[in-house]
Amino acid sequence: MFTKKHIISMRDFSKAEIDVILKKAEELEPFAKGKKSNLLAGKILALLFYEPSTRTRLSFETAMKRLGGETINMISPEASSASKGETLADTIRVVSEYADVVVLRHSKEGSARMAADVSSAPIINAGDGAGHHPTQTLLDLYTIKRESHLENLSIALIGDLKYGRTVHSLAYALSLYGAKISLVSPEQLKMPDEIKSDLRKRGVDVSETTKLEDVISHVDVLYVTRIQKERFPDPSEYQKVAGTYRISAPLLKDAKDDMIIMHPLPRVDEIDADVDATKHARYFQQAFYGIPVRMAVLSLVLEAR
Amino acid sequence: MKKELRVRPIKNGTVIDHIAAGQALNVLKILGIVGRTDAVVSAVTNVPSKAMGKKDIVKVEDRELAPHEVDKIALIAPSATINIIREYKVKEKHKVAPPNMIEGVVKCANPNCISNTKEPVTSKFTVDKHEKGVQLRCVYCERIISENIVEHLF
Ligand SMILES: [Zn+2]
Repeated sequence: MFTKKHIISMRDFSKAEIDVILKKAEELEPFAKGKKSNLLAGKILALLFYEPSTRTRLSFETAMKRLGGETINMISPEASSASKGETLADTIRVVSEYADVVVLRHSKEGSARMAADVSSAPIINAGDGAGHHPTQTLLDLYTIKRESHLENLSIALIGDLKYGRTVHSLAYALSLYGAKISLVSPEQLKMPDEIKSDLRKRGVDVSETTKLEDVISHVDVLYVTRIQKERFPDPSEYQKVAGTYRISAPLLKDAKDDMIIMHPLPRVDEIDADVDATKHARYFQQAFYGIPVRMAVLSLVLEAR
Repeated sequence: MKKELRVRPIKNGTVIDHIAAGQALNVLKILGIVGRTDAVVSAVTNVPSKAMGKKDIVKVEDRELAPHEVDKIALIAPSATINIIREYKVKEKHKVAPPNMIEGVVKCANPNCISNTKEPVTSKFTVDKHEKGVQLRCVYCERIISENIVEHLF
């Protein structure tokens, strides 16, 4: 049973609700690959992107159209009433009367929650500033479910664990499944203590290291994230750190056979191109899974109305 | 100062006792009664107390504050007690308990939070009780305020 009207933050979801979404995604996967569907025929999705995120927008648009629905787009916020000083709340009030469902991306944290407060249609958060991006987390979970296993998972989260909200949200969601999480990051980008203690309180086995070599041989999933240059005041420090966490094919020789590598993309140079051809690479598959997961979310919120 | 003056009894109204020393004015601020009421309100600070060393007391005359009005002061004065006075006698007495949700009292510490913009949003926090007191989580951006809540009052 799925009764959530809006998709705002992973914290809103129980394990059972997440499982409903993942199951729905599996059901809809054939349609993501091109099988004809009229499931959402006659429905309109409004895409309100106040920040550019071409990949996310295309992915939602694809999901809607593959299910027979239509999309309307706000081309650029500069050309719209936002530039004339209209509040986001007013824009949402208007657009939610046009469309059956609204996907919002906005620079302010919490904007999607506020939008949900004033909207007459379901709101799906496609990223609010440094805040939440629940469909990213859901597609990460779906990838793990399809390509590995969610229960008894051993996963390493690698890279920027301090500012990277993607990994915070994923770690939180995995806590519902009782994962073993290894945190691998440079000293400067360690996961904040309050998040670690929250995870431990939720029964997650959390360990921490600065060395990639410590985890490669025993994990089921390597979840790699980008280390951003801006986080380092000293560019040479960045070069040194970024190099330390680069995944290359030779590094994977001790990995488990069925170990998979994920990355939310776009990658810069965290994963060498020679990894793409290994049996471990799943990041492009992961990107594709964004389609069935967004299909699932769209169809569930439209049914739940 | 003479003792009688400090603890001059009121005939009818509410006495908030056992406020942590120095927090009386913040209690008034949270209650939002100053400037919005005709009631005689007095605050006494640094009163010697057996249990607390020093404490503050706030008295609101001719107004009985309901628990839902005063519970939010538990955020900054968790040990406070509320005494409802009728005809100079304490008729009801209870301890404050933090509410599960507070609205419009605390400002989110995240400058990029939607509640800190011109959007029509009232700040809203869920209140979690834990060992060290209370922790506030912004309903919008989920940023946590766990210490010095006083500094985040509007
Ligand atoms: Zn906030």
